[in-house]
Amino acid sequence: MGYRINVNGEVREVEATPDMPRLWVLRDLLGLTGTKYGCGMAQCRACTVHIAGEPAFACQTAIAAVGDRPVTTIEGLSTDGGKTLHAVQEAWIALDVPQCGWCQPGQIMSAVALLGKTPAPTDEQIDEGMNGNICRCGTYSRIKLAIHRAAKGGV
Amino acid sequence: MERRQFLKVSATATGGMMLWFACGKSKGKQEPTGDGEAPQPSGEGADLNAWIRIDPDDTVTFRIADAEMGQGIMTAVSMILAEELDASWGKVKAEHAPSDSEKYGSQSTGGSTTIRQGWEPMRVAGAKARVMLVAAAAERLGVAAAELTTEASQVVHAASGRKLRYGELVAAAAKIAPPEQPELKAAARYHLVGKATPRLDTRAKVLGQAVYGLDVRLPGMLTAQVVRAPMMGAKPKKIDDAAARAVAGVRDIVTITSGVAVIADHFWAAKLGREALVIEWEGGDAGLDTAGVSRKLAEAVGKGVEVRKDGDAAKTLGAATKKLRASYEVPYLAHAPMEPLSATVHVHDDLCEIWTGTQTASFTVMKAAAILAISPEKVKVTTTFMGGGFGRRSQVDFVADAVEVARAAKVPVKTVWTREDDVRGGQYRPAALSEIEGALDADGWPVAWRQRIASPSILAALGPLKKGVDATSVEGVDNLPYGIPNVHVTYANPALPVTTWFWRSVGSSQNAWSVEHFLDELARLGGKDPLEVRRRLLADKPRHLGVLEAAAKAAAWGTPALAGRARGLAVHESFGSFVAQAAEVSIENGAPRIHHVWCAIDCGRIVNPSTITAQMESGIVYGLSAALHGAIGFEGGRITTSNFHDYPVVRMGDMPVIDVILVESTADPGGVGEPATPPIAPAVCNALLALTGKPVHRLPIKLTA
Ligand code: FES
Ligand code: FES
Repeated sequence: MGYRINVNGEVREVEATPDMPRLWVLRDLLGLTGTKYGCGMAQCRACTVHIAGEPAFACQTAIAAVGDRPVTTIEGLSTDGGKTLHAVQEAWIALDVPQCGWCQPGQIMSAVALLGKTPAPTDEQIDEGMNGNICRCGTYSRIKLAIHRAAKGGV
Repeated sequence: MERRQFLKVSATATGGMMLWFACGKSKGKQEPTGDGEAPQPSGEGADLNAWIRIDPDDTVTFRIADAEMGQGIMTAVSMILAEELDASWGKVKAEHAPSDSEKYGSQSTGGSTTIRQGWEPMRVAGAKARVMLVAAAAERLGVAAAELTTEASQVVHAASGRKLRYGELVAAAAKIAPPEQPELKAAARYHLVGKATPRLDTRAKVLGQAVYGLDVRLPGMLTAQVVRAPMMGAKPKKIDDAAARAVAGVRDIVTITSGVAVIADHFWAAKLGREALVIEWEGGDAGLDTAGVSRKLAEAVGKGVEVRKDGDAAKTLGAATKKLRASYEVPYLAHAPMEPLSATVHVHDDLCEIWTGTQTASFTVMKAAAILAISPEKVKVTTTFMGGGFGRRSQVDFVADAVEVARAAKVPVKTVWTREDDVRGGQYRPAALSEIEGALDADGWPVAWRQRIASPSILAALGPLKKGVDATSVEGVDNLPYGIPNVHVTYANPALPVTTWFWRSVGSSQNAWSVEHFLDELARLGGKDPLEVRRRLLADKPRHLGVLEAAAKAAAWGTPALAGRARGLAVHESFGSFVAQAAEVSIENGAPRIHHVWCAIDCGRIVNPSTITAQMESGIVYGLSAALHGAIGFEGGRITTSNFHDYPVVRMGDMPVIDVILVESTADPGGVGEPATPPIAPAVCNALLALTGKPVHRLPIKLTA
């Protein structure tokens, strides 16, 4: 079936079966490989994107269920092709958070969503808001510091 | 248009699809040189040796022959090269070297060896290139090389104030014969090595631009998944693929050595296709279950061969009045790197091209050449970034599958593993059982230690074992560091039909636990403080003691913990480094809660402190996941564990505060990727012992009421 979808401010047309998860539409049909696969069953949040501003598991969201609601991926978080970074990305760079990096797009998308709702989160709120995102490399300590840093406007 | 050209074009058009990955500053952003002038690219760039390329705009590109899987070696190796080369760090880029055994020798990463083994040759490579640049400058300026110095990618003639940029010298320098034995920088002059340095790959990873194995896309590429035997050793007897072939997007179904491959347009079609396959399997061991694994270990443990014998442990144990016996068991573990495995292969025109996140380009080449019966020179491997490795990617089973699939498909195919394929795919950290007995003297100090180990061998699959002993299964015990006069160690290799492989820190991952936890049990029996016992038994082991004292001091050992909490200590040497950890633990809702970990490491010369700190945190989290949760289960010959819901790992909410102490040392660099994993399980179990009075004899930890 043909779908018109709105990704990072662009309308794209794709051919897909209605059950195809948004994760594979992004990665395999649109070449937006910044959104990662980790489990395919809502366990790791490596696939986190924003759908109409809300964080969502791309691996659990069938293309037919998204409609034309706007989707933002890690590639769309910064503007002008990566020249202007989101404050969360800046904090991530300042604290050198990633190790292997595979979980990081999902971590960053979750952190952006968390800060959207809770602009100055406590440690406990970060624990709660980020508990869904697995990092096998164990970057959690730096992630927590980076979220506090982004919350304080980069200091 | 040539395919390679096409790839470059598509890379520019879409941004996120680069097949090679530039790290650090892009070529487009030129930085002013030391004199404040923008460099004028002129002439040609050139390679000064296998690792170093310099372009006219002064960009220095380091080709890193080892694998960057998160541990930070791409940056650390670049720092070593840049230090000796006197390259301006802002102009440094790094990328994985292509497979090339002639240039790079063995390209395999494991055993925390990159910096340990690369420290000398990478310094030499950087120094050689520097000497060549200086010689080219001497010729151009008509002065003696001895009058020239280097700094920030320039050769400087102080007497005349003249400066030449590396970018303008490189073409001439490349024609100069490299010196045999260049002089290396004195450590006192280091300005990069030893300084916390941001990783070169951070920006690409934060923008979602870094290209991993699973992100590789080639024109006309298909995607495959392989249905492997549900029981190890089983083979397909009858395949009904009619329904699978009818799935939209499924292109072909082929039988390969490891199972049945569904080749499709993309991941999702391949997944739907495999779900529609009906396969009847035959063979395999249907009798295996989790309890059966324990039984096999227990049957074997008393029948081992001798590994170490000091004094007479049996006699001392026989005569002792204060003694203890305990057994320690750990299960099989999957590596579960965050990025599931994949390899993209194109077999064409007598050539095999492979793009994959591998820890071993070398074995990948050999494996592909063997499968295709072509010479290794006909196999080209491009190593991508990898979403964790932990040892899993030093096995080449996933590449072998992909090569077989691509040979059948005749077009480029990315063969991908689902998370379930990964967790059920074997190649596990072996299960292990240790039976330990210890005796104390009249004053309560340990005087005898007997440890019998049963653990299915990893090395036996690679060749005959030396004297029947798998060195990886006994590491940490055969070199038990404690000054105990009577030590006896044996090893048995029970036959189990489960494939095993190197898992972050290998045998130390279980042996540090059994040794360090049993030592605390003995200390308790003798009425001694765990730190006191270690101080006494490690009197002639200064590096063990150094980290132990540092961790104990940071944890304020000896002062009371908060109500309901207790602290435990452990120390272990592995991969050329010494790590001690103290953990502060309580019990919450019937499970251990780890509040704080203090970790001290002596890894010799420090290259990048920022990376070492990160690797300490990483190793602790990895070891903690195993200690608290990790276990592969078996039932009726099948693996019951499949994904993160039944193979849980540590999450943000479980995280302790971690403090890392880097102990200064001038010894040659030790490893940092693995040594933080072994001590965490015993540190936590020792804290639980202090808290509850009960030891933990099986991992993962299950507290009994
Ligand atoms: S891939 Fe979607 S939650 Fe793991
Ligand atoms: S950085 Fe490797 S999984 Fe998070």
